[in-house]
Amino acid sequence: MTHDPHSIGIVSAQCAVFDEPFPLQGGAVLPGFQLMYETYGSLNANRSNAILICHALSGNHHVAGRYAEDDKYPGWWDTMVGPGKPIDTNRFFVVGLNNLGGCHGSTGPISINPVTSKPWGAAFPVVVVNDWVQSQAKLADRLGIEKWAAVIGGSLGGMQALRWTVTFPHRIRHCLTIASAPKLTAQNIAFNDVARNAILTDPEFHGGDYYQHGAIPRRGLRLARMLGHITYLSDEGMGGKFGRQLKGEGGYQFNYETEFEIESYLRYQGDRFADVFDANTYLLMTKALDYFDPARHFGGSLPAALATTDAKFLVVSFTSDWRFSPERSRETVKALLDAKKSVSYAEIESVHGHDAFLMTDEPYMQLMHAYLNRVADEVQA
Amino acid sequence: MSIPNELRPDLARIASWIAPGTRVLDLGCGDGELLAHLHEHKQVSGYGVEIDMAGVIGCVARGVNVIQRDLESGLAGFEANSFDYVVLSLTIQSMRHVKAIIDEMLRVGRTGIVTFPNFGYWENRYQLALGRMPVSETIPYQWYNTPNIHLCTLNDFDALLSSHGARITSQMVMHQGQRITFLPNLLGSLALVRFEHQ
Repeated sequence: MTHDPHSIGIVSAQCAVFDEPFPLQGGAVLPGFQLMYETYGSLNANRSNAILICHALSGNHHVAGRYAEDDKYPGWWDTMVGPGKPIDTNRFFVVGLNNLGGCHGSTGPISINPVTSKPWGAAFPVVVVNDWVQSQAKLADRLGIEKWAAVIGGSLGGMQALRWTVTFPHRIRHCLTIASAPKLTAQNIAFNDVARNAILTDPEFHGGDYYQHGAIPRRGLRLARMLGHITYLSDEGMGGKFGRQLKGEGGYQFNYETEFEIESYLRYQGDRFADVFDANTYLLMTKALDYFDPARHFGGSLPAALATTDAKFLVVSFTSDWRFSPERSRETVKALLDAKKSVSYAEIESVHGHDAFLMTDEPYMQLMHAYLNRVADEVQA
Repeated sequence: MSIPNELRPDLARIASWIAPGTRVLDLGCGDGELLAHLHEHKQVSGYGVEIDMAGVIGCVARGVNVIQRDLESGLAGFEANSFDYVVLSLTIQSMRHVKAIIDEMLRVGRTGIVTFPNFGYWENRYQLALGRMPVSETIPYQWYNTPNIHLCTLNDFDALLSSHGARITSQMVMHQGQRITFLPNLLGSLALVRFEHQ
């Protein structure tokens, strides 16, 4: 295999264990938890160059690089994170983690509940974005990071970045919130509800304790992902890629088999996802999305929620993103302007819909490069 | 030794009108040259507004706060009276909604500063007198490819401001970077106007 100078190369995951009880916003208390994480680059002497990457609904701690030379895919944001890339691992110390409630090694519904010695399953408490931020702060403490140079995330990850500025207003220098929103609209919650219903009504779900039944609510998870995937693409992007193309020759078959290319693609995406993701985690992540509303404890005022932070902000949206539309990012920007914060906002032309935050549209990459270059200079990375 | 960046002459003049430590909104800010200068030399804070992506990236690279948006849709998102100065430099002549942007400038700012190519400049008048559309240093386009759809003279702009109930607090014209004091509407190719609420 040829060596890619812009890849971080071979990486490995680590695990941080926290033994003390961890109270959650919903009222439950976890007896302790562990977080899987990866780091890239090195922490500088004054510990000022650390960047936290927050993942979205289906992400995890494997942000960049490969575990083995022959891994088919690198980490989920390998295009953005690496030597010479916008989040430059030659200058920054980058931390990616799997959030609490996840299914990639951090404590979640598939973990063993120490009290019952069985998987948590349905008993795993609902966590919210602020719980994630609190747990991420514990990881930061463990790594000796008092203040992040930046917290960066797309979609649900952008909500975590924004929440950092509210919960720990002085532990974050720069907040980069991409293709995100200050709270979900009714339509967005509705999509999540249909996705959850697909899982909840799957006969294999067993009230969330399917592990004990040796079952997997695969059909529900697959449907949830297929629905989600439609909303992550734009009509234009989907049309350009698949149009009305049929899989086989010979025209319409007048039956209900997989016939159009788009059907085949969605089923493939659903299958692939159902192989690697846990249905309970999917439920939990979508609920965290629905509950996110940092203004709620500030009389509904987002500027009030953001008032105390000294963070600077970059807000990015994509023109064809209708799941987290530019309009929603502009709400965040307006709140930041009202709060007289340092903020820049870019609305990137893209046909990639919500998924654009994971793509490499040239202006997007240039913008991220330019912004993070300033951050690196500022923290003397 | 660092050589100070030479600011474009009209921007230097605008900068001279802006008091230190104030808040400035620069509409159509390009790559943020004016705001970067004001931030460095006058501790001014504020934002640029720019529609062009290259300009937005330029601002970000300089560390200038920039909001990407189309000025034609107004300044929704900016609170009333939230800036000391609102600058609109060499942009108004290419805007569709001229009256709307003047209203918006008066809404969000205490003082407005507008610069534009003065159509009353003698060379423009002379070319028209010869029967051709003017092409000059400040209006360097042919009639068929010009982005300028709302050209005006210094006197026209004064009249527009009065119709908005605005009071001119300072105005001047320049030509090739030099201030012109004699017969401004005839001898100045570039007009700079500062105004406030009546």
